[in-house]
Amino acid sequence: MGEVLVVTSGKGGVGKTTTTANLGTALAMMGFRVILMDTDIGLRNLDVVMGLENRIVYDLVDVTSGRCRLKQALIRDRRFESLSLLPAAQTKDKTAVNPEQMKVLCEELRQDVDYVLVDCPAGIEQGFKNATAGASQALVVTTPEVAAVRDADRIIGLLQADTEMRHPKLILNRYRPQMVKRGDMLDVEDVKEHLAIELLGIVPEDESIIISTNKGEPAVLNVNSRAGEAYRNISRRIVGEEVPLMDIEDAGAFMNRIRRLLGLRTG
Amino acid sequence: MLDLLQRILGRETSRASKNVATERLRLVLMHDRMDLTPQMMDSLRSDILKVITDYLEIDEANMEIAFHRDKGSIALVASIPVVKMKRLPTCI
Repeated sequence: MGEVLVVTSGKGGVGKTTTTANLGTALAMMGFRVILMDTDIGLRNLDVVMGLENRIVYDLVDVTSGRCRLKQALIRDRRFESLSLLPAAQTKDKTAVNPEQMKVLCEELRQDVDYVLVDCPAGIEQGFKNATAGASQALVVTTPEVAAVRDADRIIGLLQADTEMRHPKLILNRYRPQMVKRGDMLDVEDVKEHLAIELLGIVPEDESIIISTNKGEPAVLNVNSRAGEAYRNISRRIVGEEVPLMDIEDAGAFMNRIRRLLGLRTG
Repeated sequence: MLDLLQRILGRETSRASKNVATERLRLVLMHDRMDLTPQMMDSLRSDILKVITDYLEIDEANMEIAFHRDKGSIALVASIPVVKMKRLPTCI
């Protein structure tokens, strides 16, 4: 019986879908059985990021409305046999699914796999409620920007108030150590201090993400991608391994420590 | 020398945008978490004013009301310069 993790953020464009695709692929690379579920009804993207868009026959709404069996809608990844995708519907009707149905679906999905990763849509409305309904753990993705951190804070508040997920974990995405170094980007410590949840990992800004999205091949498959390496590390932390933060991941915290040692840090 | 050292260590100057971001984030989160809009802050301010002016004459222009947050706690701190005490009817 597997665990259902929802990848959420509040704000759009911070990398939920990229994170879902990469963590799912990395977990499959490690030999785990994984199902990725896209719950962004009307705006599905996970299929494209995974390179599986041409193989969709049925979707999530077909399953919940009984038009097909779950097994018929799951698309098996070509690269990893233990990895499958349940695509979102492209219907306009966002109310086509409700949280009760999602709970039932997640329960069914986790029977035969180790991890179900749910890609949550942006926002805090119906789609968010659907995506979180069947999950037991949340991964909150944010970027080091005021708007993204603010929305992440809202999401954490909602998760803690309205769901069983009291201890969501944080993924800081699109981190640019050079900008942090010259004082033009919020650093890891700033974000951690404001959001006050456990940091699961930091993913550096990396051009290889765009290239991998162009090709439909998650960056974790590319051994030279730094973002890919960060995602591989995060997936190892998800399964319970102790993996220290990468050098680039640690850049901000390291500089802060030095500054504090020299008494140069104000506030 | 200190300047050079600071530059090498990448210390943020007060103009560094990160500091601006941190401060804005701090404020925006505080408001979000307390569910107080700027309009509500204004109305809180004017309500406090209404009560106080029954007793004191105060310098409204220099009145300051702000939330002060310490680790895990928030305090509403008001600085209200008093110009004159009103003569109140004494109780018997």
